[in-house]
Amino acid sequence: MNIVVLVKQVFDTEAKIVLSGNTQINADGVTQIMNPYDENAVEEALLLKERLGGEIIVVSMGTQKTVEPTLRTALAMGADRAVLVDDPALEGADQYTAAQALAKAISTQNYDLILSGKVAIDDQSSQVPARVAEILGIPHVNVATKIDVQGDKAIVTREIDGGIEIIETPLPAVITAQKSLNDPRYPSVPGIMKAKKKELKALSLADLSLSAEDVAAKMTVLEYSLPPGRQAGRLIPGDPAQAAAELASLLHSEAKII
Amino acid sequence: MNFELTEDQTMMRAMVRKFAEEQCLPGLEERDENEEFSRELFDQMGELGLTGIVFPEEYGGVDGDYISYAIAVEELSRVDASVGVTLSAHVSLGSFPIYKFGTHEQKLKYLKPLAEGKALGAFGLTEPMAGSDASGTRTMYVADGDSWVLNGSKIFITNAYYADTYVIFAQSDRSKGHRGISAFIVEKGTPGFTFGQKLKKLGIRSSATYELIFEDCRIPKENLLGEEGQGFKIAMKTLDGGRIGIASQALGIAQGAYEAAVKYAKERVQFGKPIAEQQNTQFVLADMATQIEAARLLIYQAGYLDSAGKPYGKQSAMAKLYASEVAMWVTTKAVQIFGGYGYSREYPVERMMRDAKITEIYEGTSEVQRVVISAALLKEF
Repeated sequence: MNIVVLVKQVFDTEAKIVLSGNTQINADGVTQIMNPYDENAVEEALLLKERLGGEIIVVSMGTQKTVEPTLRTALAMGADRAVLVDDPALEGADQYTAAQALAKAISTQNYDLILSGKVAIDDQSSQVPARVAEILGIPHVNVATKIDVQGDKAIVTREIDGGIEIIETPLPAVITAQKSLNDPRYPSVPGIMKAKKKELKALSLADLSLSAEDVAAKMTVLEYSLPPGRQAGRLIPGDPAQAAAELASLLHSEAKII
Repeated sequence: MNFELTEDQTMMRAMVRKFAEEQCLPGLEERDENEEFSRELFDQMGELGLTGIVFPEEYGGVDGDYISYAIAVEELSRVDASVGVTLSAHVSLGSFPIYKFGTHEQKLKYLKPLAEGKALGAFGLTEPMAGSDASGTRTMYVADGDSWVLNGSKIFITNAYYADTYVIFAQSDRSKGHRGISAFIVEKGTPGFTFGQKLKKLGIRSSATYELIFEDCRIPKENLLGEEGQGFKIAMKTLDGGRIGIASQALGIAQGAYEAAVKYAKERVQFGKPIAEQQNTQFVLADMATQIEAARLLIYQAGYLDSAGKPYGKQSAMAKLYASEVAMWVTTKAVQIFGGYGYSREYPVERMMRDAKITEIYEGTSEVQRVVISAALLKEF
């Protein structure tokens, strides 16, 4: 069973976000990590490979300098090889761009299943895996908490509001991972040392027979802004009963949370 | 000259940091409070290959380098110095002498499971009358047929009780001084080999420290490590390398305390503004960061020399001396920045301060490091 895992590098969850102007996030000096949900996708691929054999190909997009550590981490965890779409024309990519480029890169591979995280913790769009499935003309199941591959189909358990849903899908399909799908392993020291010898193939748009127009972004970011700083707490003085009444009224009228 | 870590070393740091934060941090306070050793964490380190970084693949290792090893101990100790010293004592003291002085058969039998993390290692040199002065060793051995018979006791032995393999130093004839000392490999469970008191400690409380007792303990002839009378040399060579581990432990403790201090200084408001806006606090943080960086460079330099097969005894002593004194200074200042909260067990810096102290004492006190350094430098002129 050959599995493609779509991975994305994102800012470390503890990174301090700094903006350059209104429309750019400054990545200088920020530690980047593999999107945590994508780690679950890599782990699931490794578990499936342990059971069924085959090859795991991790696929990503971005500049090699930025994305290579994430791809090498996946290789150190046990993936077999990596494919990266790296092209200057991808600067300012939106989800349309990413899906077009990644789907084309995946279509050059031999795959039975495509896994990814359910969401990237940076832009939180959750769009790319679904778009890739659509472009490739295959089913898409998201927020999987259990994946049971049986021959050429998969039984997928997924979280829905207030319960679970069990879906059967033919393969190949795109399935995205929820956190509870599994417990991602740490890359081991031997895994880290082997990772640098594994293949990492960088492909330009030309290599994929795509032009800059084919992947031109459909959306433009108008503005980024940081959330307002935390306000100091407010003390309501006076008689406890009265203060509680005032608190309740403020929570209703001002904070609008009750 | 290149001051950048390799890609492998960077990934190793990220991996060990994640492991430490996700696996060592939970339950850390309880383990400290109850002086509880975690064999499970050691087993996990074995599965990740951390126990075999510096050993060859042939003997269960991964052929890595000493800077990677230093980074691993540093990152563990940044969160939990007890786990850090467990790895350091296992690798540098319990496993290294077998790698360096063992026969091929001894390496296959003992080093391989140690490097793979399937066995835990310890090193028994210190005795009540033999601390910094190893020639005071009173544990005695005699040859008897195809065995060696050991009698005596050891104190302050890290990883003891839980460890499976022990490198033990014993004396054949006290009039020979350090020339009478030999090293032996002793397995846990050997008749006549038992454990005495568990040591109650100021810091690194969840690392195991026990007395070892040998009463007519009979071990096979082939468990002599190196040659008879070579024990003192084996001990000194082992401690040269062990210093890189302890220096890294000290560095990790200092780094953890420094990060906690910066975070707290930005949050703690006094006189209407965060204390990080007071120049006094700023200068302390600047000194912490500078000293930590200097210690790190000394350690990596010693690690580089070791991996390159060059002499590293003086540099490892400098790294250990400096890093341990930095750890003590930084953790003391971190407690000061936290004020009354720092003195309480609600915050981690008091534990870090308790943990730091031992790094100035074990595997050669600061005074012994100064002896080693001055002896080396006086020879150079």
